Amino acid sequence: MKSAILQTATRYLLPILLLFSFFLLLRGHYFPGGGFVGGLVASIAFVLHSLANGTASTMKILGYKPISLIPIGLAISTVSIMLPMLFNLPPMTGLWFEEPIPVIGMIGSALFFDLGVYLVVIGVVLTILFTIALDE
Amino acid sequence: MIDNHILAPVFVQLFTAVIQLMFWRKTLTQRYLSVGGSFIGLLVAIRLFSRVYQDGILTMNAANWDAPFGIVFVADLLSVTLVLLTSIACFAVSIFSSIGVSRQRMLYGYFPIFHFLIMGLHGAFLTGDIFNLYVYFEVIIISSFVLMTLGGRKAQLEGAVKYMAMNILASMFFLTGIGLLYGLTGSLNMADLALKVRQVQDGTLVGITSCFFILGFGIKSAVFPLYYWLPSSYHTPPSAVAATFGGLLTKVGIYAMLRVFSLIFVPDEFTRTLLMVIACATILTGAFGAIIKTNIRRLFSYLIVCHIGFMIGGIAMFSKLALMGVVFYLIHDIAVKTNMFLIAGLIRQLRGTMDMDKLGGLYRDYPKISVLIALVLFSLVGIPPLSGFWPKIFLFQEAFLQTQYFFVAALIVGSFVTLYVIANMWAQVFWKNPPREEEVDDRFAPMQPYRKLLMVLPIGMLALTTLYIGLNAEAIVLVAEKISSQLIDTSTYIEAVLNKNNEL
Amino acid sequence: MELLLVLVLGLLYAAGVYLILRRSLVKLLLGIMLLGNGTNVLIFLLGKITKGSPPVIDESYKVFQDIYADPIPQALILTAIVISFALTSFAIVLLKRVYALVNSDDLDDLNTPEEEDL
Repeated sequence: MKSAILQTATRYLLPILLLFSFFLLLRGHYFPGGGFVGGLVASIAFVLHSLANGTASTMKILGYKPISLIPIGLAISTVSIMLPMLFNLPPMTGLWFEEPIPVIGMIGSALFFDLGVYLVVIGVVLTILFTIALDE
Repeated sequence: MIDNHILAPVFVQLFTAVIQLMFWRKTLTQRYLSVGGSFIGLLVAIRLFSRVYQDGILTMNAANWDAPFGIVFVADLLSVTLVLLTSIACFAVSIFSSIGVSRQRMLYGYFPIFHFLIMGLHGAFLTGDIFNLYVYFEVIIISSFVLMTLGGRKAQLEGAVKYMAMNILASMFFLTGIGLLYGLTGSLNMADLALKVRQVQDGTLVGITSCFFILGFGIKSAVFPLYYWLPSSYHTPPSAVAATFGGLLTKVGIYAMLRVFSLIFVPDEFTRTLLMVIACATILTGAFGAIIKTNIRRLFSYLIVCHIGFMIGGIAMFSKLALMGVVFYLIHDIAVKTNMFLIAGLIRQLRGTMDMDKLGGLYRDYPKISVLIALVLFSLVGIPPLSGFWPKIFLFQEAFLQTQYFFVAALIVGSFVTLYVIANMWAQVFWKNPPREEEVDDRFAPMQPYRKLLMVLPIGMLALTTLYIGLNAEAIVLVAEKISSQLIDTSTYIEAVLNKNNEL
Repeated sequence: MELLLVLVLGLLYAAGVYLILRRSLVKLLLGIMLLGNGTNVLIFLLGKITKGSPPVIDESYKVFQDIYADPIPQALILTAIVISFALTSFAIVLLKRVYALVNSDDLDDLNTPEEEDL
């Protein structure tokens, strides 16, 4: 499907959607949002791009295969789950930095868990969609 | 007692899988990682088992939320025994896979998925929250779907479609049951549920909810009217995968049934009769199915169904002695069934086929391996003093005490058919002269010695486990007795989960 | 509201059961999806739905003051949706593979005779 309007629109929508997905990721701990939703929005941005410009050009933007995001994301999540065990707390307990960081706000291990989920979701969704799309 | 490290077996498997994902397409590294990870997992499981055996039930509140509100992980003796056996089976299968699985499958991520599957199993055994149990069930079935379809032969896809449809349906029933249970009690913690379900006024609703659990777990563990997906799918994947499935996956269903029906729903007269009827029918269909099959793996699949019936019958009788029988049988079954499918894989390497009509003369060519295999087969049949013999004593004894003569009859038929089928297999595969017109496709003889060792070693290891269970039955009976008294008298479990604030 | 949800629930289950009893692979998949959605609606319904009272606490309060919606069913449904997303996408890929292999939507065409066993 080649449409000049959609192609032009995606050129602006892709960065905006990615920014929005990152915003959802960061506010996710106490407000609606989070890694899963953020990851879905980010992957939808790429899906929209692939609808407008074809799957091949989306893969070119990404640079490397989305499947390689899965182990990175899983590793980040796993480490952030297990980190509290070093402080003799049960796994998955939230650890927080004392001082808030400007713009982002409070940072804790929950954010890193969400970051891992975010990467895994992007990796999984894009891998599945590319697998289905490229077979045709 | 609170112990923050009881999830260590789960994390070991998760880490192994994640690191293997980073070495995507480097199959040699993945093999080393898999064997190494399984070995560490085994050590961790042994340590956890010895701690729980000495100190009693350990619990852990995930994310530090107190028990009825957060997700709690509980390591009681039943859980850690199963975790230990799963780790042994995992270690054996991962050694076998390093030779027995084709490189093509490894390139598509066989090893990471295998470790995710084992992680799901460990998690399902250790969790104390019923929705978390559902989540781990899903981890297990998604991984098993992938393992089942890797390779993509037509027969494999056929098996996978049936397997997928039935297992998703089973999860759906399970989830519906959880939804109803939550509506009735407002809790998901199994210990908390145990207390709250007893206070529910409407007994019929509780009964209907328990039926959803029977349906869900029944499909998973392949009991009588719901078993047919198992024999039509377990013969298709590679033998290492079939070993994991046959040895462990149906047993998760039995574990969940044991847990839910001892803790949450104490079986009433109706449930017990229902389970007993299911058990007898399962034994008989499994046994008769096994008689007519000539393919070794199809035969083993029906034997799995048959022996699931033994355990369901034990749960139906629900007394201390019967549950001892069930737990002992579970311990024996995991070791033996895993090994049987590994043996089927070895026979395929030796002869290039698994059809009994085309096999023969294995004893003449490989006497030592045959003796090893005979040991496993005899312990499956239950020849004293091997491991299959002891649990049946308890089951027989309790069935006579409770005058369940139909179950006694089914047990006798099931045991005799197992004996007949295995004797027949022994005669056909090992003693009979090979049919002359067949060209023998022996891929085992030209292998390098260390590869041969890697194929035989896991079978030997599991056979040793079986031998240990059989010859050291006293110790296992002691463990089984402790477990069954914990299952009958659930107050220690409930106290350990809900009252640990006092001990902090 | 409850009555409407009960009707929707019944409809989803009935349609799901009808569809998984068909021989077509696609209908099997659709049936499984409908059953999954039916189960989600059931959990939602059993969580004692309330209208317009979110399970979010006002910043000035320390504890809940008012009637609020139970957050647990929502968490359960969210988890179930994520899981069924994974299952469905796997099932679609599998069915696509099957279709490419046997060039048919009919489950009966997939049967392999026992003689072809290894």
